[in-house]
This record gives sequence, structure tokens and C-alpha cells, in this order.
Amino acid sequence: MTIDARFVSERGTFHLDVDFELPDQGISAVFGPSGCGKTSLLRAIAGLDRSTGHLRIGEEIWQDEKQFLPTHERALGYVFQEPSLFNHLTVDKNLTYGQSRIPAASRKVSFDDVVELLGLGSLLGRSPATLSGGEQQRVAIARALMTSPRLLLMDEPLASLDYERKLEILPYIDALHRDLEMPVLYVSHDRDEVARLADHLLLMRAGQIVAAGAIGDMLTRVDLPLVQGGEAEAIIEASVSGHDDEFQLTFLDSAAGSFTFTGRGVDVGADVRLRILAKDVSLTLAHQSDTSILNIFPATIDDMIPEGEAQMTVRLLVGEVPILARITRKSADNLGLSPGMKLFAQMKSIALLA
Amino acid sequence: MNDADIVALLVTLKLALVSTIVLLILGTPLAWWLARTQWRFKFILETLVALPLVLPPTVLGFYLLVALSPTGPVGTLTNAIGLGTLAFSFSGLVVGSVIYSMPFVVQPLQDAFRNIGARPLEVAATLRASPIDRFYSVVLPLAMPGFITAAVLGFAHTLGEFGVVLMIGGNIPGETQVVSIAIYDHVEMLEYSRAHWLAGGLLMLSFVMLALVYRQRGFRVSS
Repeated sequence: MTIDARFVSERGTFHLDVDFELPDQGISAVFGPSGCGKTSLLRAIAGLDRSTGHLRIGEEIWQDEKQFLPTHERALGYVFQEPSLFNHLTVDKNLTYGQSRIPAASRKVSFDDVVELLGLGSLLGRSPATLSGGEQQRVAIARALMTSPRLLLMDEPLASLDYERKLEILPYIDALHRDLEMPVLYVSHDRDEVARLADHLLLMRAGQIVAAGAIGDMLTRVDLPLVQGGEAEAIIEASVSGHDDEFQLTFLDSAAGSFTFTGRGVDVGADVRLRILAKDVSLTLAHQSDTSILNIFPATIDDMIPEGEAQMTVRLLVGEVPILARITRKSADNLGLSPGMKLFAQMKSIALLA
Repeated sequence: MNDADIVALLVTLKLALVSTIVLLILGTPLAWWLARTQWRFKFILETLVALPLVLPPTVLGFYLLVALSPTGPVGTLTNAIGLGTLAFSFSGLVVGSVIYSMPFVVQPLQDAFRNIGARPLEVAATLRASPIDRFYSVVLPLAMPGFITAAVLGFAHTLGEFGVVLMIGGNIPGETQVVSIAIYDHVEMLEYSRAHWLAGGLLMLSFVMLALVYRQRGFRVSS
């Protein structure tokens, strides 16, 4: 089952011209600079703006040459950038507005589950105007979920919130990801959000999709702008395999091998996401045993690209898992680095994302 | 107040009520369209709706009289389809009042619809509400203050109508004689006490209704 879309539309001087397929599960982030057409893409999918092309969600056709389902006949949930709650209805009436409009047989997401998932128990009788921005956005997410959508569209749901409120909502979106088997299309221009939440990434620029793929691959593709700058990073899925009580360490299993993380706090068995910044990875030709660095992995150079005048970004494969190293051009020259070379990657620090 | 005055008052209230209902039925879709359309010539329609605000009622009444008379364009049509002549009838007064009070209904509704914006309707559409459902479940409740303002202003403004009625309604007791005309008659015949009763009643009624509108607006601002 996949989501298959093709849209062409023109609005003033802006052209949207996209053609893509998405997996029918997980969070797919639509990432790109402001004005690149992320919102236009979501609005086209929702049928809020007319465009030519087609849209198939698994077996269902929402749009093709012959038909165009209006928005209210598309089984989608849409979370707008601003909460946009109905101010004439209380929170619980906001939540049931959509649910009461779908057939009883289609109600797979229960009211109680959603209220629990998004922590809304104490807000149900309140008027939206009395809620904080973060609370309002949680209600808006819950309201969209209550229609048991085939596809959830989220348009920068955290962009209108301050940092504190973002931290308040992110765990709920993580939970939604784990607990509901519902594909999510998540628009963002915030790289940290994407690194934390996305399984799949659509990179947009000027109304077109530049590239699409799994998040781990996309972040480390040297032909994409994501590997440029100080934020260049690799994302690795891992699970907690054990702890060292004496030294207060956490051990993490991943496809790349076993990582050691400084500190504790995550239970054994929990799934986590590791972020390794390119600038925290150094390279040695021989395995160093007399070093303070704990995370050292054998790796193969996959590709290299110059970064500015003085630096080089190296794409490495640890097993099958891609990571990035940012080194000086002089070091690359001294070590005689070239694609296919085997060496060792030393990671000075790794971060856990949720 | 004698019986003739009470009849005039009843005719006035009936005229205001019927006109307000017709105005809401016609004004709602018109205001909705004006609030949403991107049509570049919509200002022409807005100007037409607003004209009664600045036009002397006798001008409007004069053209209506010409149009509604048995040989006029509207009169010919109403005669042909068996409705008879509308001039000097209650129905004719309703037609005149609707045109005369149109801006007082359309403008508050148009403002209310514009203030709601497109977003709540888009949200409702993504929550499976059909267009008609969206109107009743979102637009109507959110625009309710606008509807109340429109209804009260339309009603109150029709109550105070004089020039148009004089031109197209004449002064037929029980049919087209409204309070404002009755007052004029009383003053002409120097029946000041009877004029006082009617004028005072109209003043009170208008004050109370406008006070209701402004009280509601005050609430809206403070909430």
C-alpha cells in the first residue's frame, strides 16, 4: 500500500509540480525553505486548492482525470499551523465535531484513547479561548485524529509555539507515531523536528520535490544540501540493551553496532533515535586503543564532498548504516582518503532524540 | 391612541417584520457572496446596495412608483402573472422597504462573514462537513452577532421609513398607512397629543432596539 500523488497547479507566479510516492505508514516530513510550496502541497492533497493530477491512497482514488473528491469526502485529518479551534464550541464538542460526521463503523480511534494520548482530560469542558497555545494545538491534533483519517496532514503544527510549548507537544506526536498506524505527512522547516520525528523525507524547493527517501539516507546524501553546514548529521535507530551502573552508561544496539551513551534514564528495551553530528566524527586509519573515545566503528568511505574552502564532508558506511564525518581538507589529503577505503570512525559525542 | 393609530402601528410592525424576514432571506446569500468573491466589479453591487443610505427616499420612491405602476416594467410583469399592481398596496411597501433597508442588513452580515475568514470553513471541511453543514454548524453560530445586528437594524430602519412609503404606498388606513405617515397627518391637522403618543412610542421602540444592538456589541468586544 502506498500513497501515489501527482499535482500540477499555478497560483500567480508560483508553480507546484510534484510527482511522488510515499509509504503508507510512519511520518513523512516535507522539508524545505519558506515559500517552497510545502503548504501548497498539503492543500492540494486535502483538496482545499484545485490542482490537476492524481492522488491515490492505497486503493482509494481521491483525484484523477475523471473525478475530484471535495475535501469533506476525503478521509483525512488536517492540523493547521494555527490551532483554528471552533471558538463557539467547548473542547469536547470540538473533538466530536469531525467524529460525529463519519459513519459509526469507521470510528476506529476512540474518544477516550485520544483524550488520554494527548492529555486533554482536564480541558474537556473548557472554551478554546481559555486554553494556552500549546493546549489549543493538542486539541486541534486530537480533533483531527478523531475522524480516524486514512492520512494525517500536519502543517508546521509547532511553528506558532514557543520553545517550551514545542517541548510540551513533541512527546505527544512521538506517541501518536508509536500508537496509531496512520501515515502522517508533516510539513516543517525546522531541521531538529524533522530529525526527531521523520521516518521518510520529501525535500522540496521552488514547488518541486528535489529528492525523497528514508530519513537516514536522505540526511547523508552528499548530493543534497542537507549535508552542508554545521548541522550535517546522521540519524540511527537504536534500542537500549543495557546499563553500566558503575560508570553510569547506557548501551544501545543498532544496525551499525553497539553504541555507548553517557548517562542513564532510558529503560532497557526502549526504542531511541541517535543523532551523530558530522563535526563530532573523526577518522583514523588504524584502530586506536589508547584513546578516550568510546564509540569507535570500522567504516568504509562511500563518498566525499568538499565543504567550503577548507573542509571535507565524508560519507561513511558502518555496516549498511550511513554516517557523516566533517574533517579538514588537509587531513583528507594527509590520510589519502578516497571512496572504498576502510578506516575507523571515532564519535566524540552522540545525542539521543526522544 | 385611538383605533386608527393602533391599526397604523400594527401595519408598521407587520411591515417591519415581513421586510426583515425577506431581507434576511435575500441579504444572507448576497452578503455571503460579497464577503467571499474575488470578482473585480463587486464594488458596483456594493454601491447599489449602499445607495439608499445617501439617496433621498423620495428619489427611490419615485423610481419605485414608476416601476410598479400598471404601465411600468415591474407593474406590467406583476399584472401579466396575475399579481396585480403593487403600487399602493402592502406588498409594494414590502418591496420598497426591502430595497430601502438593504444596506442595514447586508453590511453587518458581510462584515460578520468576512471576519470569520476562510479558515474555520476549511477546518470544518477537513472534518467532513459538507458545504450546507458548514453554514449551519460554523458560519451561523460564529456570525450570530452579525445576524442579530442585521435583523434589528433592518427592522428598526423599516419602522422609521417615511419618504418611500409616502411615494409608493399612499396613505390607505389598514393597508399602507404606517405610523410615520399617521404622525405627519396628525401634525397637519394640529392633533399634537395623538402625534405625541405615536412619536413617543416609535422613539421608545427604536431606542430599545438600538440599545440591544450596542449592548451586544459591547459584550463581543469585552469577551
